[in-house]
This record gives sequence, C-alpha cells and structure tokens, in this order.
Amino acid sequence: MFHLSRTTKWALGLVAAAILTLMYAPLLLVMANSFNDAQISSWPIESFSLRWWERAIESQAILDALWVSVLTALGATAIALVLGSLAALALQRYSFFGKNAVNLLIILPIALPGIVTGVALNNTYKNILEPIGIHVGFFGLIVGHATFCVVMVFNNVQARLGRMNPRLEEASNDMGAGLWTTFRRVTFPGFRTAFAAGGLLAFALSFDEIVVSIFTAPPGVETLPLWMLNNMARPNQQSLLNVVATVIIIVSMVPVYLSQRLSRDVSAN
Amino acid sequence: MHDMRRPTAHRLSTALHARPRLRLYGLLSLPLLWMFGVYLVSLAMLLVTAFWTTDPFTSKVIPGFTTRNFENILTTSSYLNTAGRTVGIAFLVTLLCAVFALPLGIFMAKVASARWRNFLAMAITLPLWAGYLVKVFAMRISFGENGPVNWLLDPFGLSGPGYGLPAVVLTLTYLWFPFMALPVYTAIRQIPPNLFDAASDLGAGTWRVIRTVVLPLLMPAMIAGSVFTFSLSMGDFIGTQFVGAKVQMLGTVINQNVNLNPPLAAALSVIPIVAVGLYLFAVRRTGALKEL
Amino acid sequence: MHWRATSAAGVAAALMLAACGGDDGNGGDANGFMLDVPDIPAHGELGEAEGEVNIIAWPGFVEDGSNNPDADWVSEFTANTGCVVNRRIGETSDQMVTLMRSGDYDLVSASGDASLRLIAGGDVAPINLDLVPHFGDLVDGMKGQIYDHVNGEAYGVPIGRGANILQFNSDAVETPPNSWNVVWEPDSPYAGDIIAYDSPIYIADAAVYLMHHEPDLGITNPYALDSDQLDAAVELLKQQNSLVSEYWALYTNNVSSFQSGTSVVGTSWQVILNVLGDGYDGVLPVEGSTGWSDTWMIAAEPKNPNCAYMWLDWSTQPEINAAISQNFGMAPANALACEGSEENEAHCEIYHATDEDYYANVWFWTTPIEQCIDGRTDVRCTSYQEWTEAWASVKG
Repeated sequence: MFHLSRTTKWALGLVAAAILTLMYAPLLLVMANSFNDAQISSWPIESFSLRWWERAIESQAILDALWVSVLTALGATAIALVLGSLAALALQRYSFFGKNAVNLLIILPIALPGIVTGVALNNTYKNILEPIGIHVGFFGLIVGHATFCVVMVFNNVQARLGRMNPRLEEASNDMGAGLWTTFRRVTFPGFRTAFAAGGLLAFALSFDEIVVSIFTAPPGVETLPLWMLNNMARPNQQSLLNVVATVIIIVSMVPVYLSQRLSRDVSAN
Repeated sequence: MHDMRRPTAHRLSTALHARPRLRLYGLLSLPLLWMFGVYLVSLAMLLVTAFWTTDPFTSKVIPGFTTRNFENILTTSSYLNTAGRTVGIAFLVTLLCAVFALPLGIFMAKVASARWRNFLAMAITLPLWAGYLVKVFAMRISFGENGPVNWLLDPFGLSGPGYGLPAVVLTLTYLWFPFMALPVYTAIRQIPPNLFDAASDLGAGTWRVIRTVVLPLLMPAMIAGSVFTFSLSMGDFIGTQFVGAKVQMLGTVINQNVNLNPPLAAALSVIPIVAVGLYLFAVRRTGALKEL
Repeated sequence: MHWRATSAAGVAAALMLAACGGDDGNGGDANGFMLDVPDIPAHGELGEAEGEVNIIAWPGFVEDGSNNPDADWVSEFTANTGCVVNRRIGETSDQMVTLMRSGDYDLVSASGDASLRLIAGGDVAPINLDLVPHFGDLVDGMKGQIYDHVNGEAYGVPIGRGANILQFNSDAVETPPNSWNVVWEPDSPYAGDIIAYDSPIYIADAAVYLMHHEPDLGITNPYALDSDQLDAAVELLKQQNSLVSEYWALYTNNVSSFQSGTSVVGTSWQVILNVLGDGYDGVLPVEGSTGWSDTWMIAAEPKNPNCAYMWLDWSTQPEINAAISQNFGMAPANALACEGSEENEAHCEIYHATDEDYYANVWFWTTPIEQCIDGRTDVRCTSYQEWTEAWASVKG
C-alpha cells in the first residue's frame, strides 16, 4: 500500500477542507442574501426578511424563464445524446483517415470561447439564413446549445466504449445477431450509464449557459440566466436572484447525486 | 438473433455488417453534418466577415475585402496588451486550478474513505450547477472593500486584493475549478495502487512518488481539464465586468464591438481562436484530447 | 446657454435643406450639415389591431406584472386593444440597433446614442403624430431633439430622460463637490476611490469637462469632436484611469461599489442614488453633465403597425408614462405625469422633470458621427466607431 505519512494525510486533509470551504463560502453568501431585506445583495446583511421569497413564489417571470431553460436544455441534450453517441461509436470502433480532425471538430465548440461560438452563430442566423427567409427562432437557441453539449456525451460514451470489451459485440454478431440487435442487446446496455451521465452533464451545461444564449436567443425568449442578467442591469429586485440561485443549488443536488451514482457504476464495472 | 419479421431491416443489417466503411459513414454522417453545417460554416463566415468593413454611421456591414481590421489590431497597443493580458490570465487560472486540484484529488482518491470520497465528488460537482452569474456576483460582494474577504483578513492586519486583476484570476479559478478537479480526481483513482506501492517499496519518498509517478500519469487529465479552464477564461467578459475594476479582457472588447463594428469583432475573435488552436495543437500529441 | 435652445431651429432648417438639396448620399457635403435619410413613409391611419406587437425595451419599460405585481401596464393594454405584447429586454444601445435590424420588432425604446443610427440606417420610420394624440402633452425640452427629429419629421415619441449626476458618499466626502474636478484631476482628494462609467459614450463626459476648463480646444458640443479634441478627451480619460477604483456599466455594480466602500465619488444616475438612500448624495455640477433621453421608435416595416401605434399612445398617456418613469427611475416625458398625486409630484421633483433650466445644462447622449453636429464644416468629426477604439485604449 502507498504509504502517506500521517502528517501528509493531515496536510492533504486540511488543504482539501480549505478548498471546499472556499468553494462553498460564496454559495452560502448567496443563500444568506436571499433573506436580505435590501434590494441588492450586500455585506454585512443588515436586516433579514422573507420578502424576496414571497416575491419569487409569486413571480410568473421566473417560472416562464425556468420553463424556457428546461425546454432549451432538454432539446439540446436530446440532440447531443444522438450526435455524441454516434460520433463516439464511430471514433471508438473504427480507425480512419482524419479521425483526429473529427475528434477536434467535436471538441472545438467547447474549446473555443463561448463568445466566438455565440457571435459566429448569430452572424449565420442574421446574415445568411434570414436573408433567404429562414427564421430560426427558438430553435436557433437550442442549436447553439446542442453544438457545445455534444462533446459532453461524446466524451463520456467514448471513454466507456474504450473500456468495454469489443469481443462481446463480435461474439453477438458471430452468433447471428443483426447489427441493431447487437446494439440494443449488447452495446447500448454497456454504455447506458455513461450515456445518462453525459446527458446530465450536457443538461447542466446548457441550463447555466449565458454567453451563447445572449447572442442566439430570439425575441421574447428569456432563459433563466438571461433573466438574471436582465435583473442585474436594472435591479429593482436583484435580491430575487439569490432566491432563485438558492433553489437551484438545493434542487441540483438531485441530478448531481444521480450522475455521481451513474459514474460510480461505470467505475465499478 | 434473426429478426424474420423485418426482412428489409435484416438485409440492411447484413449489408452493413459486410461493409464496415458503410457503417462508419452511417455513424459519422449525422454528427459531421451538424458540426460542419452548423458550426464550421458559421466559423468560416465569421472569418470572412473579419475582412469586411462597417459603415461608421449606421454600423451596417459592408462586404468587401480589406485587411484593415487585422492591421488595426496588430498596430494598436491596447488591443495587443489586452490580448496578452487575456492569455496570461487564462494561463494563471489554469495553473491555479491544477495546483488546487492535485492535493484535493490525492486526498479524495487515496486518503478519504469510500463514503467521503463519493460525498466529496458530489461536493465539487455541485457548484457547477449553481448559476454562473450568481457565483460571479457572490465573488463581487466577497472582494468589496468592506466585504467578507477583508472582514476575515482584517484581524490579521491583512487586506484582500480588492477588485482588479487578482480578483479576476481568483474568480475565474473559482468558476472553472470543477472542470479541472473532476478529471484529475478520476485519473488519480485510475492509477493502479500497486504502482504507488512499487515506487514506495523502492524507497521513494511521498513527494518523489507524486512527482515521478503520479504527475506524469496525471498529465493527460490535467491537460484535458486545462482545455476547459484555458478556453473558458479566454472568452470571459462577464466575470471581469463584475470584479475586474479596470481590467479589460479580449471578451470585453469583442463584446463592445459585436453590434457596433462586427468585422472588427470578428477579427478580434480570431485571437482566441488562434490561441486555443495553438493550445489544442500543442496538447494533441499528448493524447489528452481523448480524455476530455 | 445650451446649443439646443439657441440653435436647434437652425440645425433643423439645415437638415431640411440638405434633405431637399441632394441625394448623393455621401454625407459630409462642404455646404452644410447633411443627413441622407432614406425616404420611409409614416403610417397612414390606424386600422384593425393585429393581435400582437413586438417591442425591444430597456428593463422596466414594458412590464406586465410578472416580474413585479405592482408594475403592470401591459395587461390592461392587451385587454383594451387585443394586442399581445412580446417584449425583449435590450442590454445596450448597440444591441438594440442590431435587434431592430433583424426585422422582428415593431418598436424600440431607443436612447439618443442609438436613434440617429436607426434613422440613418433606414430602420425606423417617421411617426405620424396624428395617431399619437398624447404627444401634445410632452415637455418641450424633449421634443424636436436632433437625435430623434430629422428633416422636420419626428422619429421618436419621448418616454423619459435622466442626467448623469455626480454621486458621493456623504461620510467620505465632507464638503459636497460642485465641480467634476474631483473625478478628473490628479490632485483629487478621492484619487483611487472614483467610479467612472464603462462605455465609449463616457468620452463625452470628458469633453463636457474640457469644454469648461480648456476653452482653447474649442469644443462646443461634446458629441462633435474632431480628432484633436478626441485626443484631448482621451488624454484626460487616461489620466483619470489611474485615479479610478472601477468602471461600472451595470447599475447593480454601481450600488455595490458605493455600499462596499470601494468607491466614494463618481458618475451615477438619480435612480441609483435613490436605491443607496441615506448617507449618499448627488449633484449636477457647474460644468453641466451628459444625460440620456429615450424615445419609442417604430420600425420602417413594422409587422404590426396598428398595435404599435396603439402602444405608442397608450404608453404616452400621463398615468402610464408616470408608471414607466417611476418604475425605471427617470423624469417622465409627459408633463401631466407630474400631476394627479403626491407620488407623481414628488417623483418629478426628485428627477427635475419639468425643470428645463436643469436640463439645459445636460447634453443628452447622441451618436457621434463624422459630420460635426455643432455645425462645423471645415473638419471631419470622429464617429462612434473611433470612440469605441479610443475607449479600448483608455482601459488598455
């Protein structure tokens, strides 16, 4: 066994504790500020109240924005699941000329800064598609999100496929199973958990995305992050953001727990 | 198993089975069509726009061909400084993320109990979901003159960095840290324990084991994480708006020009494209991109 | 005296002459001020409501109660006219211009730094004032401005205005300043604690200061700077850069900068000062200041012109104009919005709504263009693009 001295273990533990404290202190600040009576988050908090929680519960705008965000994330995730898995199967199971280029192409949307992706898509929608009569509308936002979500599914599935035994598929084929049957009975069950974990990550990425959304959201469509930004610009009620964030932080424990379970299954296999 | 009810599907399946190339094209066609049709075409168009001009009055784009936008960038010291500063920030953020991720990863993978390990893995993922803007604003409050950072440091006679370059670096590090911490942790877990044992049996000290055995094995994971931390930092303009005080980043300038002077914004966008491109090219040979 | 009060008529006449005189479209004619404006007809008469209207607006201008149950002047409009309002929040003037060009919108709440661009770009149409009966109640100071009134035709229906004031922390700044010198001069006692606005249009603030303190530069309008004058303003801004604690663009950041003690003095808006409350104060310094004024503009080819005109008149009536301006925090355009209730009167008092002497000292944001809008014809003035590049160099 790898022997870390007691001191080293303690030192590592302290560093880890410090890092986690630093990670969570700002989140606690946000949560505490959701009970701040003031219009704008502050420190120290001078008087506490529940008024922003009451306002948030009544707010139709928050629900609308939440709905838009969920729809966008679902759409983007669905596309990403299909495209990401197809690409992962192709790259993991075949070798061909230009494989590295394809790999790079899939990574590119996440590797290039969001502002580049956003500006590029915005430019295409406005200067190429609209003049020929194609109005992408809400779909444009989903397309933008899907493009950088593909890589999340692709990575997870590809990594999983790499650890799977390809002989299983060969055996299935040898025993006369069709391609589709093999995929359905052997291949897919093998990477199912990675598929789901990738989907969850893609959903999270889309749900919190703001830069690409700024440039691709059509009239009247406000995702939750866009709603937040708009309330930062003219915050008669910036404190509402803290309430929304607090709820998101608490609710997101569910998908985080799920994806944790899923990836644990993967490493256990 | 043969599916006799669907002879066409079966025939297709057999045909595909006999022709792996066809299968490959089938798999690749949809993703490639998307990436080319949606993304590369858009990027290419953006590059074309960089050679256009803008009517100074109406800010309408006028197609044509001029290298003026690029000459402008290359001869204006403020753009060059901003580009250099942005790349520097991106490197620093990446470095800090890696420095923090390593001890945390070792602790999680090699010291913590299984129960704690899973808990910690969730704990570093959760902030990713908490909302970018909210985290940025929390950092803004933290670094304020009378904010919590100074409040904590004051008893020790210290004061925090306030708004500015250090705050930008720390904020971006905070935002992108999970993207580095997760792959590093996963990679440390995948290092076979007997490798550690062998090294320590041979008498290597803890730090030496980390330096000579762990770090090289972690490089691909770190590089994979760094692609996120580096490129996300390269494009950020909202973080610096909140904690940057006077710091101008490339994203700031691109954003300022995106509606007013799209060709200049497009030309400026080439800088992060080139920077990230060079970075990807440099790390590709390490095989790290497969770990992303 | 403000140029607008004295020479607005002259400029308007020049514009009219130019419009009749030629159509060669290159601008900058040596004979005078000339704006080549595409000939777009105003809407003829009010017809059936189309059932919807698409509006780009600043946050707080178009509220249906969903964000704040107390702010709702859309629901009643929809109930009365059958026009459903689709709102898109604009974050910056530049973005609003771009969005307007997408053709998806019928109306925009344009600030002065967007309106000239929209008019010259042929993106907005003149307004048929007969269809906006409440236009007559608007305060004089907001009608007929160069940035929304070209060639004798109105392109905008005013909504409200505000000045960029000098805000300070009363504890830290003991003697209330009456000059902008506390934010510009290196010997300012508040060096290091000064907040400045983060936008190329802030160059005009430097120009206003230079106008009074460096008369030799010959600046007569902060939005008409030749390249020497622009250089001088940029020099001043670079000098200020070392005194500045931070630049603000988002209103939230201004508030938190003062609350956290990061800044103690600097440019701000009345509405921000109101949020800060006790312990903070603001003045309009002797040099005067810049400011902003917003108007509704209608698209050149609106999909829903009738609903758009219905909105124009609806939002201009005193009660609604009062609601918008109080929700946003600005001086209402409709003089009658200052009457009827103590709340209305108090609001107009704070924002100097009907105080034309106050606003005579305020230079409302106007897009800088190559033609000098101060009437000079012997030089080329600097455009907003040049300002934007200059601004990038100020922040380095």
